[in-house]
Amino acid sequence: MSRKRNDGTMVNSRLIRRPIQRWFPVFILPTFICFIIGFIWPFIQGIYLSFCKFNVAKDAQWIGIQNYVKALSDPGFIHAFWNTAAFAVVSIILINVIAFAIAFALTHKMRGSNLFRTVFFMPNLIGGVVLGYIWSLIFDGILKYYSTYLTANATYGFWGLVILVAWQQIGYMMIIYIAGLQAVPEDMLEAAEIDGANGWQKLFRVTIPNVMPSITICTFLTLTNSFKMFDQNLALTGGLPQVIQNGAKINMTELLALNIYSTYNINKNWHGVAQAKAVIFFLLVAVLAIVQLTATRRKEVQQ
Amino acid sequence: MKTKKYSTGSTILTCVFVVLCLVWIFPIMEVLINSFKTNAAVNLNPFSLPDSESFAGFANYIKGLTFGNYPFLKSAGYSVFITVVSVALILLFCSMSAWYIARVDSRFARLFYYLCLFSMIVPFQMVMFTLTFTADQLKLNTPYTIPIIYLGFGAGLAIFMFVGFVKSLPLEIEEAAAIDGCGPLRTYFRVVLPMLKPTLVSVGILQTMWVWNDYLLPYLVLDLTEYRTIPIHVQYLKGSYGSVDLGASMAVIMLSIIPIIVLYLLCQKHIIKGVVAGAVKG
Repeated sequence: MSRKRNDGTMVNSRLIRRPIQRWFPVFILPTFICFIIGFIWPFIQGIYLSFCKFNVAKDAQWIGIQNYVKALSDPGFIHAFWNTAAFAVVSIILINVIAFAIAFALTHKMRGSNLFRTVFFMPNLIGGVVLGYIWSLIFDGILKYYSTYLTANATYGFWGLVILVAWQQIGYMMIIYIAGLQAVPEDMLEAAEIDGANGWQKLFRVTIPNVMPSITICTFLTLTNSFKMFDQNLALTGGLPQVIQNGAKINMTELLALNIYSTYNINKNWHGVAQAKAVIFFLLVAVLAIVQLTATRRKEVQQ
Repeated sequence: MKTKKYSTGSTILTCVFVVLCLVWIFPIMEVLINSFKTNAAVNLNPFSLPDSESFAGFANYIKGLTFGNYPFLKSAGYSVFITVVSVALILLFCSMSAWYIARVDSRFARLFYYLCLFSMIVPFQMVMFTLTFTADQLKLNTPYTIPIIYLGFGAGLAIFMFVGFVKSLPLEIEEAAAIDGCGPLRTYFRVVLPMLKPTLVSVGILQTMWVWNDYLLPYLVLDLTEYRTIPIHVQYLKGSYGSVDLGASMAVIMLSIIPIIVLYLLCQKHIIKGVVAGAVKG
């Protein structure tokens, strides 16, 4: 007896399938138990606790949607949302334009392009906390000449984070763009040249339409990266400066992920609100991820 | 006329890129230079080169290893241990599960696979508070047990990548092994695992970068008075900003990024491929 697979080939049941299945406790059980501990159970409990008032998991009291009401009426959370959106838009444009330009230049014949690639990619490997520390020293060092400091003004913190993240991610996106650019058919470019297209026309009419899949991938990657940004945000400014607006404390440079974290640390009355914010955050990121998936799939079909 | 290999335009472009690269490595050079300067010099003039007065030599490095209320080498030791064990567990168990999922294809296997896909779109913030509770309850809050959590939370991406690759492997090889009398365990370790090597490298690099640089999970889970990792160590240094010797802090940062940079320069082809593979698929 054989079982038909999606791709039409047959897995021989007697030879392959059954014997493996008998080894269930060895092959899949350890991973599955860890998966429950590390993901499934915390996830389910997280959804449940977002409707509760709790300090630790055991003393949870069901309070309905109060946490969500409180979360959505928290000016700090709303500020963090718009801050994240603005940050995402700025970094998407900045990172992708520069990464594309660098990739475009590097795919042309140039001395030392491998060395350049190595250098640009390097910041990716350094952890967010360390990056934040390094850049906070640099920004504070520069701002000292103007007798101010990084957390004095939210504008400094915002653009500081943009510069940090651009420095970190441009190399990564560049690699994806290089792969895309190398796949542009050479004969298409030659044909355009013979037809009298100039450099810009070749770029906009031939090259860019051909690397559209890479552009989609990179755009969504920068988008989700910006929404999930935490370490760099924490280490660079920690959300400071804090201002008080209508009696509510707002951390001016805080992004969503950091806001969730700091809400939890206010006091135990906010634990449930923090968890509710986390659920909202999850839904937001999940929607972005699903839109990304369908967008890239459609692009692949078109090719 | 003979075609020149490089045109004038490309020479100009090369010069532009040399400058750009210098800008790019400036932050790291800055840390390197400051790590050889005295605390006062770093505070006063962070962008100057050390002169005879402000040059501290390797004193900062010696100090950096011991200062603060937690020795750096201990943090580094825990970081190495957690990373090595977690990645080893992920590679072994997730590749085994992936083989099971791809070959058995039962209802349970499918459910597990879809849950793995689902876990990839869930941000860590969603589960971080409750994960901390679970870890405390099950006494997983030490460096020796935290790899279990890493295996659980990292399983999604790893299994997804492995399943994709296993499905492209020809069945005939495994069938031949089975006919020759190999049980599943031997087939797996002697036949399947060697074929998985490229994906093992990609997943291994991806997970190493994640675990090594991860700050929040160990910060929330571990008992910080006893156990710290390098990112936690660095964040503590930054927290005590002003009261701490900046030159020595720079030395600590240098010590924490040198291993990564050396590793990167040694096998950058694999690293770039591995890191990018995770994103493009995810």
